Amino acid sequence: MTLEALGFFVGVVIKAVLFSVALLTGFAYMTYGERRIVARMQWRVGPNKVGPWGLLQPAADGIKLLFKEQLQPKEAKTFLFVLAPMISLVVALSAYAVIPIDKDPVNLFGYSIEPWVSNPSIAVLYLLGISSLGVYGIILGGWASNNKYALLGAIRSSAQVISYELALGTALVSPLLMVGSLSFRDVVNQQLDHSYLTGDGGWLILAQPVAFFLYWTAAVAEVNRAPFDLPEAEQELGAGYHTEYSGMKFAMFFMAEYVNMFTVSSVATTVFLGGPGGLPVDESQGLLFRLLAHGPHWFLLKVYFFMFVFIWLRATFPRFRYDQLMRIGWQFLLPLGLINLGVTAVGVAMQWKSYQFTLAVASMLVTLIALSMLNRKPEQPDHH
Amino acid sequence: MDEVINDLIALGKGLSITFRNMLQKPVTITYPENKRKFPARTRGRHVLHRYEDGRERCVGCLLCQGTCPAGAIYIEPAENTKENQVSAGERHARVFDVDLLRCIYCGHCELACPTNAITLENNTAIAGYTRESLLIHKEELLEPKGTATLGSTQAWDPKPPSPSAAEFDGSETSSAAVGQGNRPSRQPGAGH
Ligand code: SF4
Ligand code: SF4
Repeated sequence: MTLEALGFFVGVVIKAVLFSVALLTGFAYMTYGERRIVARMQWRVGPNKVGPWGLLQPAADGIKLLFKEQLQPKEAKTFLFVLAPMISLVVALSAYAVIPIDKDPVNLFGYSIEPWVSNPSIAVLYLLGISSLGVYGIILGGWASNNKYALLGAIRSSAQVISYELALGTALVSPLLMVGSLSFRDVVNQQLDHSYLTGDGGWLILAQPVAFFLYWTAAVAEVNRAPFDLPEAEQELGAGYHTEYSGMKFAMFFMAEYVNMFTVSSVATTVFLGGPGGLPVDESQGLLFRLLAHGPHWFLLKVYFFMFVFIWLRATFPRFRYDQLMRIGWQFLLPLGLINLGVTAVGVAMQWKSYQFTLAVASMLVTLIALSMLNRKPEQPDHH
Repeated sequence: MDEVINDLIALGKGLSITFRNMLQKPVTITYPENKRKFPARTRGRHVLHRYEDGRERCVGCLLCQGTCPAGAIYIEPAENTKENQVSAGERHARVFDVDLLRCIYCGHCELACPTNAITLENNTAIAGYTRESLLIHKEELLEPKGTATLGSTQAWDPKPPSPSAAEFDGSETSSAAVGQGNRPSRQPGAGH
């Protein structure tokens, strides 16, 4: 092995470890942040006793989970029972490997450090493929627990994840079609290097608002968060697929859920909100302008905005019924995504500029609304 | 489609409500540091009261023990002697125990007491590590020497007890003593 290859290998390992640590710390403080924010939305205060403003609460929770008894049902399949949370967590963490947190490699101590773990040309495919493996963790966990609620939760979850994956993919394809590449780096560069009005650049949410909306809805369902948290519906299923898990094994499922939230937020940021891009200033005018133009802090800001939206949604909306869930997925998200994809394909073929896509999407929506108004059925009298 | 639009508007409304709530001041009162002020008639832990001169109000009449629906009060009365004048009347309570685990905080004892000796006060922080610690005795119940409060009696009965109550000797009492309020007697000829 040459020295360079070794150096590359070591660099990737170090970055992977750093990303994982960052994600798990992020997870810990998301639980804290979530409890505080949901509390404020309900006029409560939230955890504020451990440390200043309760900031050490995640540490206290971690210690508690570590020392908790590891319960396991007598009839559980031990191997799968232990394996399931590991699958969930490992899959969730490895999905993050392809997300770029800055635009270009930085030069530090004579080394050029790339702000991503790896940058394959099929990054989006890798991410979709890996994250759909997460459902194995849930299904195996639910099945190996030998508990009917866990199994029901797992089945619901797999049905839900598979349905929404389709909508998610369709929603992602439209912006990627405009970029013409599956690499996240290209997606970011396209958005930052071209202008919205004169080129095909600009944040893709401007050109693809419908795709963004569809993506976000499907993403919330993908990570099993409220209002799509049917797999762990406490009132119906105990706690769903992790009913029988306790201690650190439960914590791993929990971590996987939050890391997945980070991942879908990061994808939303990268694909729709220009990733690490900031204000449109000339970055050659000094460090300050460089920081204003793009950087990991912008990326983090946007990701945390999305994380906040997750919490916000959870505090606001009640859980969907199962039939509603399926109807939204198959009859609303998927057809809309396909229509949007068709419009985008026409636009790409005719080499539109960004704002023309926006106009096209807007007119598409207006036409749909007008058509539905014309087609309105007479009101049915209500018989209750 | 217009239904969908309406639904989306509804979603937006919901989100705006939670967001506005987030900016509000929380209603939580962080308990051990800040305490909520209880209403004057809150029925918390019992207190036994004294007169100005330090004598106990309780005359060991057992009315509270008799009226208690939970059987939470245990009293052993004893005679007052010339040398040892504990209470204002003939007798005093030598032992006065309240089992806070049995008590249902109904306040009947307070209503029954002819001398306003026992009241339920605002102390609701009733907790302990053992059952024994929640069987409280006269020393814990009695207000300290030198204090002479009326407690929630004032809240229940805006009129202060008549000074003659200071000289209560058991020879006369009123329906207020058994929690019925000062009502005129219905049956003519019946004594009070
Ligand atoms: S409050 Fe009620 S239950 Fe408690 S001691 Fe008095 S009479 Fe008995
Ligand atoms: S009713 Fe009042 S005076 Fe009689 S024993 Fe109870 S506390 Fe003492």
